[in-house]
Amino acid sequence: MNNLKTFSMGGIHPDKYKITTASLIIDAGLPETVYIPVKQHIGAPAKILVQKGDKVKVGTLLADSDGVVSADVHSSVSGEVLKVEALESGSGYLENMITIKVEGDDFEPSIDRSEDISREIPYTPEQIVQKLREAGIVGMGGAGYPTPIKTSLPEGKKADCLIVNGIECEPFLTADDRLMIEKAEQIVIGAKIINKALGIQNAVIAVDENKPQAIEALSKITRTYVGVNVQTCATKYPQGGEKQLIAAVAKREVPSGRLPIDVGCIVQNVGTVFAIYEAVMKNKPLFERILTVSGDACRHPANYRVRVGTPVSYLIEKSGGLSEETAQVVLGGPMMGSSVTNINAPVTKLTSGVLMLSDKLAHKGDETDCIRCGKCAMACPMGLEPFLIARLMRAGQTEDLRGAHVLDCIECGCCAYTCPARVPLLDYCKLAKIELKKKK
Amino acid sequence: MLKISTTPHLQSSVDTRRIMLDVVIALLPAALAAVLFFGFNALVVMAASVAACVFFEYAACRFWFKSGNTTRDFSAVITGLLLAFNLPSSMPVGMIVLGAFMAIVVAKLCYGGLGKNIFNPALIGRVFLFISFPVQMTQWPKPAFLKFFDTDVQTAATTLGIIKHMDAATSATVAGGKLPSYYDMFVGNVGGCIGEVSALALLLGLAYLLWRRVITWHIPFYYAGTVFVITGVLWLATGDIRYDPLTHLLSGGLLLGAVFMATDYTTSPMTLKGQVLYAVLCGMLTVVIRLYSAYPEGVSFAILIMNAFVPLIDKYVHGRVFGQGR
Repeated sequence: MNNLKTFSMGGIHPDKYKITTASLIIDAGLPETVYIPVKQHIGAPAKILVQKGDKVKVGTLLADSDGVVSADVHSSVSGEVLKVEALESGSGYLENMITIKVEGDDFEPSIDRSEDISREIPYTPEQIVQKLREAGIVGMGGAGYPTPIKTSLPEGKKADCLIVNGIECEPFLTADDRLMIEKAEQIVIGAKIINKALGIQNAVIAVDENKPQAIEALSKITRTYVGVNVQTCATKYPQGGEKQLIAAVAKREVPSGRLPIDVGCIVQNVGTVFAIYEAVMKNKPLFERILTVSGDACRHPANYRVRVGTPVSYLIEKSGGLSEETAQVVLGGPMMGSSVTNINAPVTKLTSGVLMLSDKLAHKGDETDCIRCGKCAMACPMGLEPFLIARLMRAGQTEDLRGAHVLDCIECGCCAYTCPARVPLLDYCKLAKIELKKKK
Repeated sequence: MLKISTTPHLQSSVDTRRIMLDVVIALLPAALAAVLFFGFNALVVMAASVAACVFFEYAACRFWFKSGNTTRDFSAVITGLLLAFNLPSSMPVGMIVLGAFMAIVVAKLCYGGLGKNIFNPALIGRVFLFISFPVQMTQWPKPAFLKFFDTDVQTAATTLGIIKHMDAATSATVAGGKLPSYYDMFVGNVGGCIGEVSALALLLGLAYLLWRRVITWHIPFYYAGTVFVITGVLWLATGDIRYDPLTHLLSGGLLLGAVFMATDYTTSPMTLKGQVLYAVLCGMLTVVIRLYSAYPEGVSFAILIMNAFVPLIDKYVHGRVFGQGR
């Protein structure tokens, strides 16, 4: 076993609550209606191609990417387009969504639905990028950055290190873990595809220590694939953060305000890598994903394969319904995911989990005076001083914020998690970022 | 009705109250040692100090500052125990109450309460008493192990007091025999303030604080280490027993100060780098005061002086920011 790697600055060890590690991925089935947002990525919303009354199949292009930083959106079901209108999304904002009434389950004929694993990659780098673009692949770890951009090198840049992010450091979530256990070979082939597109020889699949089954499954496969290795990392939050992962695995530090490619690294989440495999080898657009439905107030936690656009309420019903103890429903992990009140909001390409949390677990203590313990600065993986940022914001000294490096904040929440006086430090950091951006 | 809130949705179970409770627990071995060596009187000193501190915190918040009841956070209990630890067992109760008033009302609440005071409250209380009542504050009952009600106690000089009164010319030979043994200093069988005598008990407290992650090892290590190294160099250079580094490490309030006073969150720097600087300077000041001033002991003055520099350290000493070069 190789030695455990991790980042050196800050970090915390929250309770894991990985209750669904042993639950096989099950198909969530089809809801009656899906609501597919046309913006499930960073960048411009896709241009809508369908209208009311159109018949669509699974994989039919619904909206075309608008410009380079944008992504195609496909139908996740077959049926009839009922409406194209702005509806409340998980973020609480109104977003354009395509409402489709589900009828049957017809796939576009171009999609290869067989379970056979395709190992030979017959495509050129350009063809791979084209296929990713046509499949609407985006970074599924949470950022939603269009993948075709990340798989084509910018002018003058060189990459020598692909890191597949198999760190699932958010408590409760096990979707990536299960995917690595059940689809290990596809993930390894996906990594080879990215390598081919970028002209990189080696790939490292980074998995944290608390996923022994995934490490075993991947290690078994990588023995037969040259240039793909598994690296075990220490279990620490936020080890899955891009900059923290690069620091741990490649021992390189992404300079402030720069991208991983500036230090020769490309990081892709395992979910994305699996989607890349399916897009390139199986012609399958990104219309479904694996997610964890869990939480201490969840009656039947499980890992599901879910069609994009499925209402969160459908998944909650499937997992035993909204229990009385449920105080919050969170999309994503409990550290960085957003809490929602509209449970009819749809699952998107980026939804890694649906959590039902009790008041006991998600309760925030009453804020008291800062006792100057310095634990927030100790916990910050970016070396910032959250107490100082909070103090500057309170005092209205916004001109001093730049010196506090607020824009380097990755919003992981280690500061607010660890604060014994329950000061909402991350809120202050986020507000400070907005203040600074206003000044630009 | 679902609730909505900002991230993160989880919080560490350790809040201010829990931390303060942990410090109280860490102080218990030293409290036990105080009772074992100084008997009932030590118990009286601690009870009076803690009761007075909690009372003043409660009363001043309620009737004067009209703020909430902050006694539940246990910080007044810590101040009470620490003040008691810095007093001899023969201290009259009335003076203890006065010291508690200085500590809680003047040094802490007048500045805005927990988290806002500049100086360590317990040390302000101690130094106030030390300057106001120098006779009572420098009478050291002789420790009598397990003699609980032995009121007929003799007085004994502290280790540092002996060193201070040594003759420079003869110390290396003649006076050396008068110093307590390392063993006595380690377990606490020496004259001194009730909470400072037992290095063993204080180290147990330190181990607990480290295990609970209340503090890191940096301040205690660099503080005590600085004193040890400077006195060690002097001792090696001169052979003078007054500089014996192990004696300096185990005597006086050094361990009590390094483990419990200099690590006080509110009055120490926020960043690790700042804490190291602060601790080293505390150590240097302690040695200077011990060796070259009129006072035999320098820990409380050293920490209070460095407390004043904490805002300056916090302004100019920062850790490295990720991605900003080495």
